[in-house]
Amino acid sequence: MNQSTWDLFLSSLGPIVLGAVTGTIPLALVSFAVGLALALVLALMRLSRRRWISSIARVYISIVRGTPLLVQLFVIFYGLPSLGVLIDPWPSAVIAFSVNVGGYAAEVIRAAILSVPKGQWEAAYMIGMSHRRALTRIILPQAARVSVPPLSNTFISLVKDTSLASLILVTELFRQAQQVAAFSQEFMLLYLEAALVYWVICLVLSSVQGVLETRLDRYVAH
Amino acid sequence: MSPTDLPTDAAPAGVPAPAPLLRVRGLSKSFGTNRVLESIDLTVGRGRVLALIGPSGSGKTTILRCLNGLEVADGGTISINGEVTLDFGTAPARKELTGLRDRSAMVFQHYNLFPHKTVLENVIEGPIIVQGRPRAEATAEALALLGRVGLADKRDAHPFELSGGQQQRVGIVRALALRPQLLLFDEPTSSLDPELVGDVLRLIKELAVEGWTMVIVTHELEFAREVATEVAFVDGGTIVEHGDPKQLLRNPTQERTRQFLHRLLFPF
Ligand SMILES: Nc1ncnc2c1ncn2[C@@H]1O[C@H](COP(=O)(O)OP(=O)(O)OP(=O)(O)O)[C@@H](O)[C@H]1O
Ligand SMILES: [Mg+2]
Repeated sequence: MNQSTWDLFLSSLGPIVLGAVTGTIPLALVSFAVGLALALVLALMRLSRRRWISSIARVYISIVRGTPLLVQLFVIFYGLPSLGVLIDPWPSAVIAFSVNVGGYAAEVIRAAILSVPKGQWEAAYMIGMSHRRALTRIILPQAARVSVPPLSNTFISLVKDTSLASLILVTELFRQAQQVAAFSQEFMLLYLEAALVYWVICLVLSSVQGVLETRLDRYVAH
Repeated sequence: MSPTDLPTDAAPAGVPAPAPLLRVRGLSKSFGTNRVLESIDLTVGRGRVLALIGPSGSGKTTILRCLNGLEVADGGTISINGEVTLDFGTAPARKELTGLRDRSAMVFQHYNLFPHKTVLENVIEGPIIVQGRPRAEATAEALALLGRVGLADKRDAHPFELSGGQQQRVGIVRALALRPQLLLFDEPTSSLDPELVGDVLRLIKELAVEGWTMVIVTHELEFAREVATEVAFVDGGTIVEHGDPKQLLRNPTQERTRQFLHRLLFPF
């Protein structure tokens, strides 16, 4: 690597990391939080004994998982305006990613709830709990622990998927890299640099995931 | 806490016999087309201990689950202490099932402790969260109960850190802390390593001596003979024979009971 390439690498690290800190990371965090809340509701709907309630959730999940995230993003940002609904890039991205996470995480949470042994429900009922109380105090805390590994994976995927937001003009990590690349014409360098920053973020997240998993695993009923 | 004299079975002369604590009449339950309980009748007086014995799949667990409202029977009545009477001929309201649960507590074969809570939290969850008793009072009572089963020093441990025998003793304390009128045990020692069985059986025996009313599903015949005040042999969802443990276990009148006991005593 010659000196000028190295200089470009260093000077573009600033805007790229800025894009990560002000775009990629908050976008992922906000979307994940909203998506998880949505997923919990969908998972409970899916487990409902009332057929029509579980059907609504089933259809939602099927659509979200059966269509590309990029298409969902475009429908919201470029499609809705033709119906008179104009949403800014940032909220559009948050909506699309939340809807998406909601669909995927709902299945994770549903499976986690089902993985809690039936005896836990029975012990909760035995001590006099209602269904709702058994769910919130006994079942969900255990399901939460079971879902940490798969949900961590969902989050890591989301972090990478936020690069799609560059296509609806959100200033985030990849869009920053693209702009420097267009200006300097050093495409290979800048795209590799963007890849490197994504990789570092995901490495950090993976190690956090590892710590969480070993900490939580022992409190699960086997 | 050492076992004292067993309470005498007969009420003192001149005192009218009180209403039985548990009265079950015509209890029936099917799973789909599988008729699991067929018109079960049971009466357990206050302070008495009923042992249920019988082959696998005969319906013993289902009887206990119906008594605790974990399973809704589809016929018959259950009444506890004359205070709650559930008639399963008409679909019982959820509130009535709760009445059943409030008065009985169950100890499970596989303990079913809450793995994400400490020993103490397992015990006080019901008293505080469900029964709304003051935390300080419930905690003091829980610690006293844990102390009596020799687990005071495990109050902050999680269930996965305990042996099976310790977990089952916590399971029993969790049931006692609910202050039930009726204790239900479903094969409380059958998941335990043989050397841990004794501790748990000894504890249950002490509870019997103290006067707790209990229904115990068990394969421990020696224990049933010594601790139970009556024994019922369940087979094919009916009570085939019912009587005094010493009598019934030595000299059953029914051929089916005889065969079952023989198989238990001479497994091969
Ligand atoms: N939830 C259920 N759904 C369908 N069938 C069930 C259910 N629970 C129990 N059964 C059936 O009811 C019958 C009685 O079961 P139960 O568990 O009461 O027997 P048990 O006497 O406790 O046997 P074991 O000694 O093996 O514990 C069995 O045939 C069992 O398959
Ligand atoms: Mg059983």
